[in-house]
Amino acid sequence: MSLSAVPVAERGLEWIQGGDEAEIVLSSRVRVARNLQGFPFPGRAGREERADVAERICEAAARAESLDGGVIWRIDDLDPVDREILVERHLVSRDLLADDAGPSTSAFVLAAGEECGLMVNEEDHVRLQSLVGGLELEAAWRRVDRLDEELGALLPFAYHHQFGYLTACPTNVGTGLRASVLIHIPGLVLTKEISRVLEGISQVGLTYRGLYGEGSEVVGNFFQISNQTTLGKTEEDLIEHLGRVTGKVIDYERSARAVLLTEAPSVLEDKVWRAYGILRTARSLGLEEMMNLLSGIRLGVSLKLLKSPRVETLNDILVRGQHAHLERAAGGKLNEHDADVCRATFVRDKLARDEREAGRPPAEGSSDARAADGPPTGG
Amino acid sequence: MLCDDCKEKEAEVHLTAVEAEEIRSVHLCSSCAAIRGVSTDTGELHPGDTPPLADFLAQLGSVGSRPPVTAVTEPCPFCGISAADFRRTGRVGCSQCYVHFEAQLRGLLRRIHGSSQHAGKLYLSEASDLTDRLGQLSSMRRRMKRAIETEDFETAAELRDRIHELEVQE
Repeated sequence: MSLSAVPVAERGLEWIQGGDEAEIVLSSRVRVARNLQGFPFPGRAGREERADVAERICEAAARAESLDGGVIWRIDDLDPVDREILVERHLVSRDLLADDAGPSTSAFVLAAGEECGLMVNEEDHVRLQSLVGGLELEAAWRRVDRLDEELGALLPFAYHHQFGYLTACPTNVGTGLRASVLIHIPGLVLTKEISRVLEGISQVGLTYRGLYGEGSEVVGNFFQISNQTTLGKTEEDLIEHLGRVTGKVIDYERSARAVLLTEAPSVLEDKVWRAYGILRTARSLGLEEMMNLLSGIRLGVSLKLLKSPRVETLNDILVRGQHAHLERAAGGKLNEHDADVCRATFVRDKLARDEREAGRPPAEGSSDARAADGPPTGG
Repeated sequence: MLCDDCKEKEAEVHLTAVEAEEIRSVHLCSSCAAIRGVSTDTGELHPGDTPPLADFLAQLGSVGSRPPVTAVTEPCPFCGISAADFRRTGRVGCSQCYVHFEAQLRGLLRRIHGSSQHAGKLYLSEASDLTDRLGQLSSMRRRMKRAIETEDFETAAELRDRIHELEVQE
């Protein structure tokens, strides 16, 4: 395993290629929280203790087969833009970067194939995670489980015979597992069915939030749904339950889209085409505006109102159209106005390139507009 | 009256709990009540789900039938976190806190998760304090079966070997 010599710019984007139900479910994530016996949790530990913990975990990570050929980044070795890029890619949390004054003791590890990784010294000593495209919760869990088995054999994890794996926050204790899906449900928002669905989600032990984690606003009709509780059920039950409820939400979303196509086809088509038109021609784009318009295009592609762009292109824009990514591409700091201009240029280029690769503009797809939604058109 | 937890929204749920021979009233808004596992809705529940309110009331009811729980007030001897710090931040300081503050934590975990008994993976390290070999075996057999079902034969083979080792030790 190499130590932070690899730039972050091209890492951690495996998921954008999609997976099962990729038009509706962008990604599936599973993480488990673990702590080492004999050390206070990071929030209570001194700098030396945290550095000691980080060293032990990085040593074990270097020996774990699941992480073979992977990369360890010490947060301190990353410049501020790279740090933000990792947050924008949902690979590290903002909490991981928020070490108090002085050198950071936090680190981030990513496997060579990017299928799994870990965060060191966030709220817990280590958080093992896997991020996969589409609705692939079981695949994500298998990767995390395997990594957990390997690290658990090399490190003494804090464990209690009744409470299970011990964590800094009692809301994570037991399995330490948080599984989530990032789901795009504009049909439910447009038909105003969303509050009923979200209420249902809350009643069956799940919780929801916006794209950027706890307390974040919902933009672009993207919601993260995850398990609320971690104790008293097996990991498999938690994963299966989230998968089953997500399947139901997808069914509701499809019904809502079918209703929209029957009852208000021209309104829907107009919304989709306006979204495409603006993103294809705008000269200045705010992040939120981009997200909302991408939502319209994604809906259009899913309903075959548009034949391109590909879902992968939309995912790519969603990631690289964010501020730190634009700064990295521009090679310097950008104020909000300049970032909006760069974002518009970037999106126009991406869509133009996708059109060229598809060999046609998206217009030709509209003839079968009223067919029910189906598998990705693939451009 | 404002919610005891967030101190922002109007309290809609009013509960009286008897804990450690002390009567305590809690006033919560609907979101904070949901966080604590108290449902204010009588909406449909899926089969197998325990209604959170019933669960909560069952816990309250069971307090009287047990010896009163004495809340620990001394700081954790390992990390030094006080009960007040724990209440304020909602975070414990170390794994020993779970032993030291066990009395408070058990009730809290039941309120958060609807259970205080881990049902997931058993930790198999030698350093673990686990003695339930039968539990380990059944967990590993379950996981092996699942690995076979998902055609993860590498994991299945690893588990098979470890099950064999444990059986030999029996």
